[in-house]
Amino acid sequence: MNVELTASLSPAVFVPAPSAFDLDVAFGITVAIKVAFILALFLVVPLVVGYMEHKAMGRLQHRRGPVAAGPFGTLQLVADGIKFIQKEDVIPAAADRKVFALAPGLALVPAILVFLVLPFGPGVWAVDLELGLFYALAISSVSVLGVMMGGWASANKFSLIGGLRAGAQLIAYELPLILAAIAVAVQAGTLSLVGIVEAQATFTLPGTDLNLWFVFPQILGFVIFFLASLAELSRPPFDMPIADSELVFGYMTEYTGIKFAMYLLTEYAGMVSMSALMVVLYLGGWQLLPGVGLPGCEGAGGMFDCGWLGAIGGVVITLAKILILTFIMVWARVAYPRLREDQLQRLSWLVLVPLSLINLAVIAIAKVVVF
Amino acid sequence: MAATSPPGVGLLKGLGVTIKHLFKRPSTQMYPNERPDLPPRTRGVIALLEENCTVCMLCARECPDWCIYIDSHKETVPPAKEGGRARTRNMLDRFAIDFSLCMYCGICVEVCPFDALWWSPEFEYAEYDMDKLLHEKEKLREWADTVPPPPPLDEGALPVPEVAAAIDKVVKERELEEAKAEQAARDAELAQAAPAAAPAAAAAKAEEIHVEAGQIDQETFDALIAQGKSERMARAKAKAAYVKKEKARILAEQEAAAAAAPAAPKAEEIHVEAGQIDQETFDALIAEGKSERMARAKAKAAWVKKEKARIRAEQEAAAPAAEVAPAEVAPAEAAAVEAPPAAPAAEAAPARKLSDVHVEGSGEIDQETFDALIAEGKSERIARAKAKAAWIKKRKQEQLDAEGDA
Repeated sequence: MNVELTASLSPAVFVPAPSAFDLDVAFGITVAIKVAFILALFLVVPLVVGYMEHKAMGRLQHRRGPVAAGPFGTLQLVADGIKFIQKEDVIPAAADRKVFALAPGLALVPAILVFLVLPFGPGVWAVDLELGLFYALAISSVSVLGVMMGGWASANKFSLIGGLRAGAQLIAYELPLILAAIAVAVQAGTLSLVGIVEAQATFTLPGTDLNLWFVFPQILGFVIFFLASLAELSRPPFDMPIADSELVFGYMTEYTGIKFAMYLLTEYAGMVSMSALMVVLYLGGWQLLPGVGLPGCEGAGGMFDCGWLGAIGGVVITLAKILILTFIMVWARVAYPRLREDQLQRLSWLVLVPLSLINLAVIAIAKVVVF
Repeated sequence: MAATSPPGVGLLKGLGVTIKHLFKRPSTQMYPNERPDLPPRTRGVIALLEENCTVCMLCARECPDWCIYIDSHKETVPPAKEGGRARTRNMLDRFAIDFSLCMYCGICVEVCPFDALWWSPEFEYAEYDMDKLLHEKEKLREWADTVPPPPPLDEGALPVPEVAAAIDKVVKERELEEAKAEQAARDAELAQAAPAAAPAAAAAKAEEIHVEAGQIDQETFDALIAQGKSERMARAKAKAAYVKKEKARILAEQEAAAAAAPAAPKAEEIHVEAGQIDQETFDALIAEGKSERMARAKAKAAWVKKEKARIRAEQEAAAPAAEVAPAEVAPAEAAAVEAPPAAPAAEAAPARKLSDVHVEGSGEIDQETFDALIAEGKSERIARAKAKAAWIKKRKQEQLDAEGDA
């Protein structure tokens, strides 16, 4: 294979977009700053989303939600955290102690690692991977391993069934999730999440100057991705692995205290990272409205190379979009009863997978013919 | 799913229903900060109206948990009337409900025949120690003050039969009292001729005197026989004549003896329906920070009390008017007419009356009385009974005299 052929087949060499945290200092300090940034995001945003869920669920159910801890109950989850730490750490006698102890951590760590590639604003990301989308989907799938380990190690039939349901659910819904994401990657022409945001900022309806987010051509893909991510996260109405009316509390039945809290945190962090992925893939990232740039930004579509004002504005917009998406998840939780296990599998294999294949085919053809 | 609606419409409807509630005011009651809005028949705690309890033990026996503890003793109550039988009465010493055992079934409240047990909506009596949930009658009595009135009847509902009967009774009593007052005024006018006669209000009516028809009026009997009536007829008529005469005699005696004044109706004789609250008391209690229910209950009691006082004052005002009327007509006898009211006061002066003294008789009889009755031709049984009563009376008098001397 000669050099020219290689050059013509392979796309331009990927140059990662620089992060705002890539300061001109020692490598170790840069890494420390990025780790601190990711941990801060990981600890704060799920807490905010959790408070929002408490409050929104309360109001949707004609209640008030938390009111006692802190002003308007804002410190409820902090109080819950303190309570979880104080709880006795019970391990069942028949449990596989090591696996039992390891499982919540194994579920939690991938939830943190997803934040590594998520762009929250212009320059506000830890690292821009060439395989960013692949990385995010692959890492988020590892969480289910922790769930299955917990279900197995608890030596409890409810836990085991919960863990197995989680595994079955992952297999069923990973497929439509990835197929929908592939359609986005095909349209954007890149797997880098920053690249996808840039592609959306510069994508115009063919024949016009009208800037569009990917949600408009791919509304079907967006709906599939949303439903599949709900199922991935075991959020109601797809919470069969927990199914408290059938399985006590599924794979979490035997867990107490801080380990239980880690599973809960995994769920909320998953809500945030999946919503952030949806924002990046379909909702134009930190763009306020299609075609509207950020103040002080010069890069593609007025979305990049910003000052600190634009960066903060971008982060605020992204977080607002995440909050709206998570609110819709809560809304669906309140409105809908849980699906039956067979209905869940039927929905995935007979509805979502064929639809996502059609979506992918249409987008691929359109990419060649129209866009 | 209805065949008419396309798929997915039901899902959107579900979202619509829930989102509507997001913009509605939550129905949460902010309990520790605000009092909850409890329905009037809330089963919060079981209260005891001690005054109504007769220690019949029905509640304690019906209680499925056996959580009601009752202790009592018997007391002998002296006879209400002279020569009557002394009665025993149960006195409540202890009434306690163990709310750590109570399952709030309400059977005790249902079964109480004297309305001594009530449901109160009070519920804030949680304790850190199970033993402290055993509440004695003092605490249970406090809760009785918090029992709310029954909710008002629906529009157009028939009145409760018991309440209707009670109202009827009150109305009739009022009418009777008015009639009596009128009668008293008239009698007072008539009494001018006989100034010594007691005020008419206290005068016993002939119908109220009961006379045993044990004898016949010999005069009437003889007259009827002389007229040629049959012996049976003559005896019957003579008996009636005797009763009539006897009544007239007793009436005359009583009128002569009775130095009774138009007694003012006592507070407990006035019945007032507790339908309103005393706003003043209510406001004051609310200002003190009492709960609304508690304030309402107390204000109601205050209203009843005030109302009773008012009715009594009115009646007292009416009575002197009846007395004054004859005084105007015959000023000379005014002193005689006005004198009687002072008499009861003089009688009341001794600290203790005969009926206050309790004397236990164990078969002793007053020989003097016995002999006299036998001599009168009474049967031995009657003579013995009366002699026994006479003995007790004498002992009582002695005891009273001794106290008086002391």
